[in-house]
Amino acid sequence: MAVSHLECKECKATYPLEALYVCERCFGPLEAAYRHGEEKGDVGELRRRIQGGPQNIWRYADFLPLQGGPPGPSGRLASRVGLPAGCTPLVRADRLAERLGLREVWVKNDAANPTHSFKDRVVSVAATRARELGYEVLACASTGNLANSVAAHGAALGLDSCVLIPADLEEQKVLATGIYGTRLVAVEGTYDDVNRLCTELCAEREWAFVNVNLRPYYAEGSKTLAFEIAEQLGWELPDRCVVPVASGSLFIKVAKGFDEWRELGLLEGELPRMNGAQAEGCAPVADAFAAGHDVCRPVKPDTIAKSLAIGNPADGPYALDLARRTGGSVDAVDDQEIREGIALLAQTTGIFTETAGGVTTAVLRKLAERGDIGRDERVVLVITGEGLKTLDAVRGTFETCSIAPTVAAFDAALGAGVGA
Amino acid sequence: MAVRVKIPTQLRAAAGGEAETDVDGANVREVLEALFARHDELRARIYDDDGSLRRFVNVYVAGEDIRFLDGLATPVNDGSELTILPAVAGG
Repeated sequence: MAVSHLECKECKATYPLEALYVCERCFGPLEAAYRHGEEKGDVGELRRRIQGGPQNIWRYADFLPLQGGPPGPSGRLASRVGLPAGCTPLVRADRLAERLGLREVWVKNDAANPTHSFKDRVVSVAATRARELGYEVLACASTGNLANSVAAHGAALGLDSCVLIPADLEEQKVLATGIYGTRLVAVEGTYDDVNRLCTELCAEREWAFVNVNLRPYYAEGSKTLAFEIAEQLGWELPDRCVVPVASGSLFIKVAKGFDEWRELGLLEGELPRMNGAQAEGCAPVADAFAAGHDVCRPVKPDTIAKSLAIGNPADGPYALDLARRTGGSVDAVDDQEIREGIALLAQTTGIFTETAGGVTTAVLRKLAERGDIGRDERVVLVITGEGLKTLDAVRGTFETCSIAPTVAAFDAALGAGVGA
Repeated sequence: MAVRVKIPTQLRAAAGGEAETDVDGANVREVLEALFARHDELRARIYDDDGSLRRFVNVYVAGEDIRFLDGLATPVNDGSELTILPAVAGG
């Protein structure tokens, strides 16, 4: 299987494998298309080939839009150059399942990537493709996690980088970006303003904007989440996935990953039900889902889940279609539910996630409470980022006892409250 | 009223290679009509068969998405800047 060309998702016009992202005929988004070779059908050989690959996303290089194969000169060791992402833990979360009255819940913990979010998957692919195409500067419009990742990949690969962020981003994300030596630009405005600016800049500069002109390559990186989930479940599909929705790209690419492997015979069974998760303060896709619309009306974001604060989601129409087609949904939760979601995940799994993961966990709880999830379902909760990046969200949600260093003071403060 | 229209790279071939052009109009629809009068090929790229904006086309007046304003009826002032951009970036 090898990437063959770019294709418009709307009108199916084809384009060469260059830094193109929009169809000139209808303005639809371009997507990578592949040619299935003779390996189709020999499932055993395909699985062995994947399992023989490195412990990172390059084990799936056959299914990614790169022309030079895995990065590096050759072989398993060499494909660890740069900042390899992926192969993050899939953790069985029985205590979370029990709390929600579910049978089987798994947490895909993508905070365990090099810069602590799933963005390392998409940036690894985009940065590698940028190099193949001869670019010397990486750039992006970011809600924070992408900024971290682009700056870090630039440093690891020796490429200059420039990242544009909304000025009101969390301090942790700003600090964790600047340290890599990138050109950090804070834009007065929302993410959507930053995105518009980058779309304009992209036309004027010979830079690889990973989520603008490199977007067809970048977005494919998210399929590796699906590949890993399936491989970690023993080459099986889950019944349901709960995934955060910002632009909608991750949501639809996870499903595309499952679909491609079903088509090759690597997986059997139905596509999982796909549940999208948004914050009420920025819920253009959830609102359109509830209203029965096919397109999203843009909104001005106002939520603590800043990494999901995209008011004008590029893949909104496709996310709506996917949720409906699989019998899933797109739901929204408020800021208080997000905080409770962060605490619920932390206190039942030991995984501390950022606000986006709070959104996803809170939506899982909402689905469970609403009775949407069948008693025999195997559910995967996709946790995309790290709690240390959004510390403000948990500040003031618990108390610390301050005591004198004596046993008496300790007993007086805690009594029999621990381990009782 | 003269309005400067900024044309994205993807549409420049259909606009005689122009990156921007000045046309007259009192609202977004009139400005676009004036643009189409000059470059007929652009109409089918920007509008769907019903004469509304294609769903992956964003139009901004002075930097604001017209969907937050009055859509195609959004008034434009003399010297305003109207920007047409693809909607598929980001995320």
